[in-house]
Amino acid sequence: MAPERVITTPAADAPETGPAPRPEGARRIVSLLSRRESPVVAVLVVTLLGASLFVDMFATGRNISFLLLSIAAIALMALPMTLIVITGEIDLSVASTLALSSATLGVLWEAGVPIETALWICLAVGAGLGALNGVLVTVLGLPSLAVTIGTMALYRGLAYVLLGDRAVASYPRSWVSGARDPFLGVEGLPWIAVAVLALAVLFAVLLHATSVGRSLFDIGNNDEAARFSGTPVRWTKFWLFTLSGAVAAGAGVFWTLQYGTSRADTAFGLELQVVAAVLLGGVSIFGGVGSILGVMSGVLLLGTARNALQLFGLTSEVLQIVTGLILIASVVAPNLVARVRSRRVPGPNPVPVTGSTDRPRTGEQS
Amino acid sequence: MADDRSPVPPPLALVDVTKSFGSVRALRGLSLHLRAGEIHALVGENGAGKSTLVKTIAGVHRPDGGQVLVDGEPTEFTAPADAQRAGVAVIYQEPTLFPDLSVAENIFVGRQPRTRLGTIDRTAMRRATREVFDRLGVDVDPDRPARGLSIADQQLVEIAKAITRDARVLVMDEPTAALSGVEAERLFTVARALRDGGAALLFISHRFDEVFGLCDRVTVVRDGAFVSCDPTGDLDVDTVVRRMVGRDVTSLYPKEEAGFGDTVLEVEGLTRHGVFSDVSFSVRAGEIVALAGLVGAGRSEVVRAVFGVDRHDAGTVRVRGEDLPAGRPRAAMAAGMALVPEDRRQQGLVMESSIERNATATRRWALSRLGLLSSRAERASAREWGTRLQLKAGALTDPVSTLSGGNQQKVVLAKWLSTEPRVLFVDEPTRGIDVGTKAEVHRLLSTLAGQGLAIVMVSSELPEVLGMADRVLVMHEGRLTAELDRDEADEESVMYAATGQRPSEAA
Repeated sequence: MAPERVITTPAADAPETGPAPRPEGARRIVSLLSRRESPVVAVLVVTLLGASLFVDMFATGRNISFLLLSIAAIALMALPMTLIVITGEIDLSVASTLALSSATLGVLWEAGVPIETALWICLAVGAGLGALNGVLVTVLGLPSLAVTIGTMALYRGLAYVLLGDRAVASYPRSWVSGARDPFLGVEGLPWIAVAVLALAVLFAVLLHATSVGRSLFDIGNNDEAARFSGTPVRWTKFWLFTLSGAVAAGAGVFWTLQYGTSRADTAFGLELQVVAAVLLGGVSIFGGVGSILGVMSGVLLLGTARNALQLFGLTSEVLQIVTGLILIASVVAPNLVARVRSRRVPGPNPVPVTGSTDRPRTGEQS
Repeated sequence: MADDRSPVPPPLALVDVTKSFGSVRALRGLSLHLRAGEIHALVGENGAGKSTLVKTIAGVHRPDGGQVLVDGEPTEFTAPADAQRAGVAVIYQEPTLFPDLSVAENIFVGRQPRTRLGTIDRTAMRRATREVFDRLGVDVDPDRPARGLSIADQQLVEIAKAITRDARVLVMDEPTAALSGVEAERLFTVARALRDGGAALLFISHRFDEVFGLCDRVTVVRDGAFVSCDPTGDLDVDTVVRRMVGRDVTSLYPKEEAGFGDTVLEVEGLTRHGVFSDVSFSVRAGEIVALAGLVGAGRSEVVRAVFGVDRHDAGTVRVRGEDLPAGRPRAAMAAGMALVPEDRRQQGLVMESSIERNATATRRWALSRLGLLSSRAERASAREWGTRLQLKAGALTDPVSTLSGGNQQKVVLAKWLSTEPRVLFVDEPTRGIDVGTKAEVHRLLSTLAGQGLAIVMVSSELPEVLGMADRVLVMHEGRLTAELDRDEADEESVMYAATGQRPSEAA
């Protein structure tokens, strides 16, 4: 962050045009405020404070526990989704993968397979479903939007093949209530919330502090340049889709035990909530930009808003509308911020902006 | 600028124009008079303000101070449309045509001739297009779609557009950067015809042979300020270079004599169907081998296949005696190869990403500790290489897109030299960068070769090829047609081989 007045000026005639140095602290604050996830984190904090102060029953252990359980599956699936969207792809089949995993668990359980074993089979199935997405996207070079819309329908269909209209609800009580157990007996803190948090930290480290993470941003911004730098672009994307499938299957297992039932139509449309949370969290739909902190804040913000409004007694239609408005605001806000910023700071760079581009691309000659 | 006492005012003149972007003063009181029937060259290093000047003329930027005179009358261009109405047309290095429209539709886009019924009169459009092409001596079908036209043809379409708009002032911003010799020659013929027809032309180029061969008058700018304006006949290359740089450039091609070591790279029978075939060559440590040829001869494609970014259908690549797996850049890097690609913005750099992340993109594993990569490690490495290559930059956290072309190229070089390669491929290493940086890059390559690096250089600039290379391989239509030693290589022998003709002294 330090203002580095790098680097040699060999010729005496080089213009001294650097911006006036700002004090270290101010610079740091400015750079913190200008990060893409800052608005959503700020809005989340305000919403949490507002809900605790003004909404009856919000700040109770029971309600917080309910809130965290209701967003656990979305939060899980949002983690790999963040990485995928950063590389410029998307996976819309996650909710169907969740349902197929849930259906698989149901069929296996009915066939007498112990849950400890069935759970691993479900994860493997999920990984396989994700890998199929990966192959279609990387080997055949199809756009992931089209591929995963297709597999979204396909996997949901397979779930119906397995279960039909039936529901499997004969899961053992110990597993079902176990899914909602608090962590170390702390009221209002289900163990799944701690598990998601731990996973989020892992994903954050992977994305923001490893070589692989850096290359994900490169792929999203310019996959050709990434390839020229030796990044195995297709291999990376393949593994991301596989990971996404496995995590969605894990979410499916948890979802099944949490509600104690397997149905083919479970979590219908949930993929849109996942994508919504990712975009709300500041990830660019065009790839190349985003952070785990922002996405987790996005998930929590959507969940909190819904929960608080429900406590206010608003109907589900109103909830839908509010969720939609929040999303639109989240897309509009960064654009506004960017526009305001570009007006205020004309150019932080020491070289003349326009003089430096050796290939002017203005649309003026059309 | 002193001698504008001609009775007829010039069709376009800039007087004391200033323009700043924030704290950066891009233009500081620049004056320029474009006269009818004259080709005027504008030269200066990258970042000297040429592009800002062009955009001011085109009406994209509004100057902060000074005047724009059209036929001697002060005029304000508030939008590109104003400039067009005043008869100004700008031809960019890479035109932006509508790929799915036909050539004729592109020329008349937004002002299509109408029939009496108000529908578009395609016949008239086609006829007018043919007329202009005939005048220009161009052979392009007006009905074909613009997609797939060569850059040279696209520029001609733009020129035709300008002519049908009755443009009197034509600005060409580095039009020849991506053209082959033949194409450039054709463009010059058109330019001369327009000049003789009374148009005023502004020609921007980094290539001095073009400036001196084509232009009547040369204006030199430096750091956004006017330096000189003289008739071409009163100038020579050394004078112009000195004025551009503001100091003496000792030599553009500082070739160091060095002994060669063992063979490092062997390429045998490399073939990619339809692109190149049966390409074999070897490079020794300390040697600079140039791959010359016309644009489209397959030089970059060979280099990319050797490095593994593209696949190949047959043939082998050996580095220090060991076969390299095909199509795997990672393996090539592990074997000590590095590739500075042709297209800096598309292939060399992630423009949105910071300088430091770009400069370390090839070494992230090496910079990681226990799998964790810290910004601190990246910055330290980037700073070290920035200093070594005399990178001029503000903060290393700035996006690399904020740098000038020459400094961007230094970031690409840092990215690859930091891997300490044994074989370095450089594809058009000095395209679009200014003379000062050009000389720096040449000196750097020379020094690296002196230290035992094997270098393969693809270049379309003959002086660069002849000045730098120990050996010249010439390609023509996907095949190696000649291998020339430093003392047998001259413009003639290389051009013969590049155009596929058999020279008397076949290699």
